[in-house]
Amino acid sequence: MEAFLASVVSVAFHGSALGMILYVISVGLSVTMGLMGFANLAHGVFAMAGGYILTTAISRFGVPFPLALVLAFVSVALGSVLLERFLYSRLYAASDLEQVLFTIGLIFIAVAVARFIYGTLQQPVVLPEYLKGQFPLLGRDFPTYRVFIIAFSAVMVALLWFGVERTRWGAMVRATVDNRAMAQSVGINTKRLFTLTFALGSGLAGLGGGLGAEIIAIQPTYPFENLVYFLVVVAVGGLGSLRGPFVAALLIGIADTACKYWLPQYGAFPIYVATIGILLWRPAGLFGRHA
Amino acid sequence: MSAHAGGYTADPRIRPIEWLPWIVAIAAFFALPDYLALGARILIFILYALSLDLIVGYAGIITLGHSAYFGLGAYVAGILSAKLGVTDPMVQLVAAAGAGAFLGLTTGAIILRTRALTLLMLTLAITSVLLEIANKATSLTGGADGLSGVVVAPVLGLFKFDIFGKTAYLYCLIVLFVGWWFVRRMVYSPFGTSLTGVRENSLRMHAIGAPVYWRLVLVYTLSATIAGVAGGLITQTNQFVGLNVLSFESAGELLVMLILGGVGRIYGAFVGPVVFLVAQDLLAKQFPEYWYFGIGVMLVLVVMFARGGVLGILDGILSRLRGKA
Amino acid sequence: MRNAIRSGSIALALLLFAGQAAAQTIKVGSVLTLSGPNATLGENMDRAIKLYMKLNQDKLPPGVKVEVITRDDGGPNPDKAKQLSQELIVRDKVQFLTGMTWTPNAMSSAALATEAKVPLVIMNAGTSVITTMSPYIVRFSFTLWQSSLPMGTWAATKFKTAYVAVSDFGPGHDAEAAFTKGFTDAGGKIVGNVRIPLANPDFVPFMQRAKDAKPQAVFAFVPAGRQATAIMKAYGDLGLDKAGVKFIGPGDITTDEELPNMGDVPLGVLTVFHYSAAATRPANKAFIAAWKKEYGENATPSFMSVGAWDGMDGIYHAIREQKGKVNPEKSLELLRNYRNPNSPRGPIYIDPETRDIVQNEYLREVRRVDGKLANVELETVQVAVKDPWKLINKKK
Repeated sequence: MEAFLASVVSVAFHGSALGMILYVISVGLSVTMGLMGFANLAHGVFAMAGGYILTTAISRFGVPFPLALVLAFVSVALGSVLLERFLYSRLYAASDLEQVLFTIGLIFIAVAVARFIYGTLQQPVVLPEYLKGQFPLLGRDFPTYRVFIIAFSAVMVALLWFGVERTRWGAMVRATVDNRAMAQSVGINTKRLFTLTFALGSGLAGLGGGLGAEIIAIQPTYPFENLVYFLVVVAVGGLGSLRGPFVAALLIGIADTACKYWLPQYGAFPIYVATIGILLWRPAGLFGRHA
Repeated sequence: MSAHAGGYTADPRIRPIEWLPWIVAIAAFFALPDYLALGARILIFILYALSLDLIVGYAGIITLGHSAYFGLGAYVAGILSAKLGVTDPMVQLVAAAGAGAFLGLTTGAIILRTRALTLLMLTLAITSVLLEIANKATSLTGGADGLSGVVVAPVLGLFKFDIFGKTAYLYCLIVLFVGWWFVRRMVYSPFGTSLTGVRENSLRMHAIGAPVYWRLVLVYTLSATIAGVAGGLITQTNQFVGLNVLSFESAGELLVMLILGGVGRIYGAFVGPVVFLVAQDLLAKQFPEYWYFGIGVMLVLVVMFARGGVLGILDGILSRLRGKA
Repeated sequence: MRNAIRSGSIALALLLFAGQAAAQTIKVGSVLTLSGPNATLGENMDRAIKLYMKLNQDKLPPGVKVEVITRDDGGPNPDKAKQLSQELIVRDKVQFLTGMTWTPNAMSSAALATEAKVPLVIMNAGTSVITTMSPYIVRFSFTLWQSSLPMGTWAATKFKTAYVAVSDFGPGHDAEAAFTKGFTDAGGKIVGNVRIPLANPDFVPFMQRAKDAKPQAVFAFVPAGRQATAIMKAYGDLGLDKAGVKFIGPGDITTDEELPNMGDVPLGVLTVFHYSAAATRPANKAFIAAWKKEYGENATPSFMSVGAWDGMDGIYHAIREQKGKVNPEKSLELLRNYRNPNSPRGPIYIDPETRDIVQNEYLREVRRVDGKLANVELETVQVAVKDPWKLINKKK
């Protein structure tokens, strides 16, 4: 019994770390899709970019870890603004098919560029000393870095939610997600709002990618390999919602870890079946707004 | 403006220029004996792209999970041979078609009630489920090692599948011909017209009382069947099945092939794979990074400037020439 | 006019014939992984091939050249590998096929070798059953049974319980079966096992499972390279070493070229393998010296490099003995009877019956040598090991 309890704790812990990373990466996608109805399948590219920037900054330039995190966030956010202004914005009125094709094209380009610059190896993650080793918590030892991941992500999530609930920007986002036409007619500059929110979402993805580099390996094929995970979080959680993807991400993180731990012979099979089930039961996601 | 360029006429008779692809294909058989394996691959992907065009181009269903049916067809044909000892190519092909039809019908009926992201997500999830099964059921599918030991008996007892791909090429050509003929008949029928209606304005289709849902399910099932046949063909020509047949990357590449040729028109599915696979054969080996980069850039450019693909560009040129004349 | 044409064509024929007598090029097709996450594996093999060719030009008969046509399979992609092999045979008309970083790729190309009658010299893929898939296959690398069975037997003398964690594909299954047999036959007890997906896994949940089963040792096999680094990391991150669980396995998990990336975690890890770059025999010292001279002081060959090196030696041997006029049956015959007492890994030969490699297996421990981690060979666990799987299955 004690062994079982210990393994439950392990699974919950590792699963939460994975779930938090998934959420930090995917929340931007959820808000973006809810806000502008744009299916950005290339969202993983931002996470990958953040991961590469973080690992390069630390290993090649000796940038201290906290600064590297900030660097990942800021540079990806800025980069996404450029992408949005020059490319994405031309396709807001395009058909779904065109948006999907466009973003797949972006993925191909990003994969090629990453391969060209970084070669094909997985990026080694060099952690600062104070984040290595084990961390004693409630009588057990947990890997310190994963504890850090959970704590840091929780803080980011809290900040985000606070921002959306309490600031004017947040109110505008919520209004536009609910009813874009109405928001525009009330005078909300949706174009600027979207650029800002897109930057924030992409920056968060970059941050999540860098933070989670240990769990979700940074390699050129990152956006392809993890696309399904990010999309599942958003689809199951519900477009445009903040809490939905949080629940979905945690569920997926824990379920994935649980399956690997207890049912390794089935792989990720149960998760996909569960996803299909949830989406058929609630097509708009667990917390989605409209069908 | 949509990505679905012209190419639609109400006249179902076969125009002379439509015989061109077949003439080229037969000429290639004699002129390029060393490249027949590549040729067979192109033919299979044309069939596969045709099936995708039915749902993406004509019915307007966006899916990233079409490889589920292709892969299922491939594995069914392979398992039938390697594990159950059934080596007759026709039987294998029929089984692949049946598997595709079955999965297409069951999944289509379920997921076509949803739209947009949910639908896309479901197509991805279904393919992921199949991938996991193929990965894990090692005794049946060979898992990551792939399924070797696929034996295909000579076609009609006479034509052996040889290493040069001669038999494979002609065999695939014939199957493609049948598939093409069937798709063409369907597209130019009232059913095909109603699909265009569904794609362009499904609200109005509902308003005129046309049963949208069942039409979508029907075309989805037909498309899945054809994809299954294409999957069976690839197993028969390779005498091997790998996890690759179910991968997202190859589903993405198929979409690229289709968009390259031109969505929503039958011959887009012909042009696209030819251009893509030949270019890949020539370029991808020497410059793999540039190849990927090139595809990505091409996709972005096509979406932004040349939505009809190669055929769309040709159309534009032709109409401008005609306009001047 | 007719005379001109006739004399012209005779001249042309003479020219061609003379040309042929003067320079004969033997084409060798090599299918390796040169891109994707596992590119270093193929690169190490390719480097060995090129270095061997550079240093052994004079060993060829006069007028005979060898051209190696290299193709990239991108990783364990059996479909692609088969396509590439087929093109090499049909389009490029190679007389030898080689390379094969991965088992799935080798398996898918086997039937082609048989049909086209082209000898397939396997430079890496390690699943035992491969050599039975075509009479034209000769393997110069290793099998998992060769390393994991002696490992199991030896481990039972040191540990009572073990947990087995392997990657879910051919070589992984072999390692699992071989170790389990060796360990349990010698009195040990396996307390649990798990098969980890080959594609891109996160090793932490699996190592957590291992830790919770409280074994005295964890026997692990994953493909060499980045996956080995990742599982070593998980072992360290979860504190398994501090919990007193020893990490053991075939040498794939501590390959020489990856050790620098693993930090200090591997210190003390014990492995059984046929090659270590730290081996002190003269043939290896010469090999390492030549490698570093060509590729830089910091470059280290891996066991895959040695597999490729010896494979090339086998091919050159076949070409030399046939004086440049290669014939598939004769080549095969020569390859099957290949012997080399002086390979960088020690004495090796090919077993003519099974066409598989026979070599010594050494016990190694990861220690710090000259400030860097290295696989120090402690003892020869078994001499001239023939692939145990074939021996076992023959008895049935």
